[in-house]
Amino acid sequence: MNRGVRVTQTSTETKEAPAAPPRLLDNRQLRIAAGLVVVVGAAVALMYLFGGQPSGLLTQSLITGVLLGGVYALVSLGLTLIFGVLGIVNFAQGAMLTMSMYIVFFLATEWGLNLYLAAALTVPVMFGFGWLVQSTVLNRVMGDSTHERPLLVTLGLSLLIINVLLMVFGGRPVSVASPVEGSINVIGALVDVPRLIAFGGALAVAVALTLILRKTTLGLAIRAVAANDVGASLVGVNVKRIYAMTFGVGATCVAVAGGLMVSFTSLVPSAGEQFTTLAFVIVVLGGLGSIPGALVGGLFIGLVQTVGSLYLPGSGSLLLVFGIFLLVLFLRPQGLFGAKS
Amino acid sequence: MSILKLEGLSKSFGGLRALRDVTVEIPEREFFGIIGPNGAGKTTLFSVIAGQLGPTSGRVVFDGQDITGWSADKVAGAGLVRTFQLMRPFESMTVLDNVSIASHRRFRSTAKSRDHAAEVIERVGLSQYLNKMSGTLPTAGLKRLELARALALEPKILLLDEVLAGLVPTERAPIIDLLRDIHRDGVTVMFVEHIMAAVMALSERLLVMHEGAELTLGVPEDVVQDPRVVEAYLGEDF
Ligand SMILES: Nc1ncnc2c1ncn2[C@@H]1O[C@H](COP(=O)(O)OP(=O)(O)OP(=O)(O)O)[C@@H](O)[C@H]1O
Ligand SMILES: [Mg+2]
Repeated sequence: MNRGVRVTQTSTETKEAPAAPPRLLDNRQLRIAAGLVVVVGAAVALMYLFGGQPSGLLTQSLITGVLLGGVYALVSLGLTLIFGVLGIVNFAQGAMLTMSMYIVFFLATEWGLNLYLAAALTVPVMFGFGWLVQSTVLNRVMGDSTHERPLLVTLGLSLLIINVLLMVFGGRPVSVASPVEGSINVIGALVDVPRLIAFGGALAVAVALTLILRKTTLGLAIRAVAANDVGASLVGVNVKRIYAMTFGVGATCVAVAGGLMVSFTSLVPSAGEQFTTLAFVIVVLGGLGSIPGALVGGLFIGLVQTVGSLYLPGSGSLLLVFGIFLLVLFLRPQGLFGAKS
Repeated sequence: MSILKLEGLSKSFGGLRALRDVTVEIPEREFFGIIGPNGAGKTTLFSVIAGQLGPTSGRVVFDGQDITGWSADKVAGAGLVRTFQLMRPFESMTVLDNVSIASHRRFRSTAKSRDHAAEVIERVGLSQYLNKMSGTLPTAGLKRLELARALALEPKILLLDEVLAGLVPTERAPIIDLLRDIHRDGVTVMFVEHIMAAVMALSERLLVMHEGAELTLGVPEDVVQDPRVVEAYLGEDF
């Protein structure tokens, strides 16, 4: 029995460190980002020189890839945020994306709303949906040490959404025309304006999300819960409320993505499924829970997919995506921006 | 008037009875010490009071209100705040942000809660670390941060779980002074500690726990003379 004598570790007093406010990326992350830019830049240069493709076509693929990557990044942002804060892989992320697109489709065709107005209205609807799912279902199955139950819930939610969409809208592909037409020249590549708008919107949401997380009290609480939920509840943070808000914000990301991409998507109830897989790849590649990781990973995968399809047509480009994914994980198991654990 | 009443609190983990029928009444502004061997149930008692764990049976009455079964954040918001034996700062956040979250429960405006947090940080002597990542603090600094986060909630009662553990004697003295200050300002304190010198210096009453139950309760000088306490915890050479 213990007699009141404890082995205690003695502390080392005052480690000196210069006081600097936290930045968006720390030095290590900046180095990784710079390294990635160098690698990608070198690969692109090599392709221009020895790639055996017309340079105009290559430029076109590069720009398309970056624009596509922006949308990937947005879907992945929601996924990585939900994972970082709740520790849940949201298998319904793709289905929620499809759901958003169908809501936009419904508002645009049935109510005759302008596409972008419909997209804007979809945002609060999806936030509410995410909030509701978390507060009524997921919050109940979280907390005990099992991780399977929340996973099963998101998997089930995904199936539910797809089948309800199938019931209501049928399986026939539908589409919504964008009110803005035409394409413009971006450094030698011809780009559809709706895709440009989608990229801009994705970037704007990423910036807004980062600012919310950095500057607002809600963001502070979200980061605290992500770091340590027990500690957060101890200082008076309602953890379940933050979970619900976070899931709502994650759903908002796909709502914006869906609204921006619906005009160039052939919409069927399973349209979002490939995005769950891709977003998962991106999030793991970028580092689970890392916001810059999701952004960089999204752009990177978008590039690999479109440029890759120049050389490997059809589903071959996906093969390339998974190949690179495995390679990066082999070199950096924690992902590009993940913390070593 | 008593600020905290524990009525027949019990907690079982499967077959293990970690708390057995603990009944205590703590008057306002008391400095209430708790000692007992490892595994006696001290931390479990705090967890049950502060809402991290639900009791198997019994009631917790705080400030005249039955708070049994309240969530941890609600209990903290009401002014019953605990600290953890193992410190858990939000490591990737600055010291100021760490404390601001707690202040925010009191002051809804971001600016006000930051000002208040900065005041509390000054009070616990961590001002020079204001904008540093909390993960870089030395152990003594983490202890102060833990206290700052608790104080930022403007508690009526503080439950302190081994705040002195892991500190060398020279680091303990200023923390003990700080605890005295906090208590003098009107905060009721419940204090779990193994460092007997601090327990004797600070406690007005002392509860000895053993195997989840009260072994004895009284003024510290009497309690440490009790042969059962010597037998169960202190050892002959105290
Ligand atoms: N979550 C839990 N699940 C199962 N058993 C637990 C749990 N928490 C504590 N216990 C057990 O309950 C008993 C009381 O533990 P507790 O941590 O309350 O003791 P303590 O008095 O704080 O000890 P120490 O001085 O080492 O901190 C111990 O036997 C411990 O193993
Ligand atoms: Mg303990």
